[in-house]
Amino acid sequence: MTSNADRSLIAHLLRRTGFGASGPEIDAAYAAGYASTVDGLFASSDDPGVAATPAPSLPAAIDKSADADLVAWWLARMTAAHNPWPEKRTYFWHGHFATSLQKVRYAPLMLKQNQTMRTLGGGDFRTLFRTMLTDPAMMLWLDAEGSTAKAPNENLARESMELFSLGVGHYAETDVRQAALALTGWRLDRTTGAATFSTKNHAPGPETILGKTGSFDVDSFTDLLLAQPASPEFVVARHWFRLGSAAAIPASTQRNLLAAYGANGASGSNGANSVNRAQTDLGALARALFTDASFTGSTARYALVKQPVEYVVGALRALKISPTAKDTTTLRAVLTGLGQLPFYPPNVGGWPSGQLWLTTAALQSRIAFARWAATAGDLSTVADASTGSRIDAVGYLLGVDAFSARTTAALSDVVGSPPSLVGLALLSPEYQVD
Amino acid sequence: MDTVTRRKFLLASGVVGAGALAAGAGALTWSDLHHAAQSAPLQPGQGILVLLTLYGGNDGLNTVIPAADPVYQSGRPGLAYSESEVLDLGDGLGLNPAMQGMHQLWQDRKLAIVRGVGYPSPNHSHFVSMDIWQTASPSDPQNSGWLGRWLDAQPDDDLRALRAVSLGGTLPPLLAGTETAGSSLPLGQFRLPKGESGTALRALGDPSSQDCPYAAYSARDTGDLFTVAAAFEPVLPAQKGSDKGGALAQQLDIVASCIESSVPTQVYAVSLGGFDTHSAEKGTQSTLLGELSSAVSGFQQRISAGKRAGDVVLVAYTEFGRRVAANANEGTDHGTAGPVFVLGDSVAGGFVGEQPSLTDLDQGDLKFSTDFRSVYATVLADVLRADPGRALGGSFPLLPLR
Repeated sequence: MTSNADRSLIAHLLRRTGFGASGPEIDAAYAAGYASTVDGLFASSDDPGVAATPAPSLPAAIDKSADADLVAWWLARMTAAHNPWPEKRTYFWHGHFATSLQKVRYAPLMLKQNQTMRTLGGGDFRTLFRTMLTDPAMMLWLDAEGSTAKAPNENLARESMELFSLGVGHYAETDVRQAALALTGWRLDRTTGAATFSTKNHAPGPETILGKTGSFDVDSFTDLLLAQPASPEFVVARHWFRLGSAAAIPASTQRNLLAAYGANGASGSNGANSVNRAQTDLGALARALFTDASFTGSTARYALVKQPVEYVVGALRALKISPTAKDTTTLRAVLTGLGQLPFYPPNVGGWPSGQLWLTTAALQSRIAFARWAATAGDLSTVADASTGSRIDAVGYLLGVDAFSARTTAALSDVVGSPPSLVGLALLSPEYQVD
Repeated sequence: MDTVTRRKFLLASGVVGAGALAAGAGALTWSDLHHAAQSAPLQPGQGILVLLTLYGGNDGLNTVIPAADPVYQSGRPGLAYSESEVLDLGDGLGLNPAMQGMHQLWQDRKLAIVRGVGYPSPNHSHFVSMDIWQTASPSDPQNSGWLGRWLDAQPDDDLRALRAVSLGGTLPPLLAGTETAGSSLPLGQFRLPKGESGTALRALGDPSSQDCPYAAYSARDTGDLFTVAAAFEPVLPAQKGSDKGGALAQQLDIVASCIESSVPTQVYAVSLGGFDTHSAEKGTQSTLLGELSSAVSGFQQRISAGKRAGDVVLVAYTEFGRRVAANANEGTDHGTAGPVFVLGDSVAGGFVGEQPSLTDLDQGDLKFSTDFRSVYATVLADVLRADPGRALGGSFPLLPLR
């Protein structure tokens, strides 16, 4: 393997486990080597970037400025983190358990959910999933709050199967209605975010869900879902789709990832509380993905489109822009125009992917952002280079493996102006892929 | 007259690929450039849909008002309009007094009112219900909008970026497909880079054999933006107008100019917001309905006077109506079914569907009588001449709207 190929592979790993990858980051990872860089993603060491961006203290009320502070904080955190994987992973779970502040309205509850995803997102999926079922923002979002035996709400029951654990086709409508009963009895204090269970409002059962009969509650319902053979396949496929490639997961990769995550099987017993508890190891799953031959080989290379948050945060990181409170207004407008404002997914299905980010509408916002970023950013890497080597310098700065002859020719028209050059490179087709 | 080279024109319009560029010769005038889209104008008779989204949940009962119904009067004493105030529509119903322009369209038989439009298991969240209306999917969250899926079924040719456009702001989900998406027009001029940067950006839209598939898609999207800008810039105002004339009127003005200039666009999305009237509803809603009525009737007048009068249909909808009873703040809370307006010279004016009962309620909410997807199916079939099943994922009864 040539050194260029090694650099390209390291850059690929950094893009998928973070938000873009600039030249100096690639240099450092290249020096450390692939295996050691993967290890570093999972090492729990103090991160000065995280320490410098503590979570905001938000008023326990509906408050527009708290909404803005929340978005500003996460963008700042994603930009500052030295090891971006915990943030990238949190962003992945935000899309998986997609919850919008637009309906939840209480910013502190969204922050709490975000912190839960950050804390639990690299551990045991069972714990994360179970916690999400009584997460305050999720309860408001999917109407679980106040769902009682007399008036069960099916929203959370449906999505917990369809979007969070199993996928379409692995449950029936009767399972949704029965599962809704299992999830009844939970109430929420919106200001403290405390979820409390009242036996009085909980349906006593027995329910029959996915062929098992018992008096289910939120815990045994979790165990039941995660014991379905469809569940590990679903979790693995979601990881591949968002972090690997838009193309179908290769069979060997699926086998490897299932083995790492923990394949399961339903037990032969009939009791609700007696399903097999296989491991659901998200850390092992992610590590297996990043070291799988399909991920490191050609299958996954450039096989995704940068999502708007990846695009914007990647540019902020490469250009060393620490967004101020004032910049947040600009960034919010840009991300809204691009179609992906954190904490505001379009619906519980999360955000789209692939070429749907590449619309003429979004391009207008990208042009505005590129203009702004090239003015606000540190362009010294490019400006200090001789005009003859500036195209290489901007490719290095933004972590682009190689510009095509088309793009090189276009960029060569503006090498005299570093802001124009950087702005244009941010709009190049090569920079849009991930 | 200034001239530009064919190469510049082709790059500007993005309408041909590199092969044609290499073979290109001759010169085109600015006028040609400005009318790039007219190389493939809509054929006479090809339908044009203008979809107007009213954000916030417009109170249908104070829009198409059952003033003669005592339950209406007693349910919202401080909010109700009397029989003598409303603009008579027959059937015991009348339009809000602020809607004189649309009342005239009703009298001219150019306005159809579909009553009681909604969907099963109504959702009371603005956001979720609007998502349902825009994706046409009440039970399953979808990443694509109903007109986006219509776009997916259109030819993937040089005009793809021009077929459906939204006016101002962010692209609404209704125009996002699974393969492609509509374009969005600024209310002033496009803000594309000028000079060398502009030329260079344009060049980034050229195809390259070195592109991976997504980079190639990005390049073609860049080319598409220049196509859109070249096609629409001549009809966009020099700068964003003031809101004094009404933001909706401004959007519809641009739409009318586009239609008159024969750009090959079949779908326009426009919007008006502010209908979330939980308190002091009467004044707020009356102002908004006045703006709606005068903007829409002004638009229709202009269209009626032009060549495409028989082709253009405007549809106005909102994410839900409001509850029958007023709340304690002289406002109304989130409800369910409401009226949808359909207007145009070719529209069969009058009522469609049944007015929901004010006494046979579902937990205080009106029961819908017409599924909103029937309105969409009718528009897809009758205006866009498309197969409604493909965009809606099912079959819905067509309504007698044209």
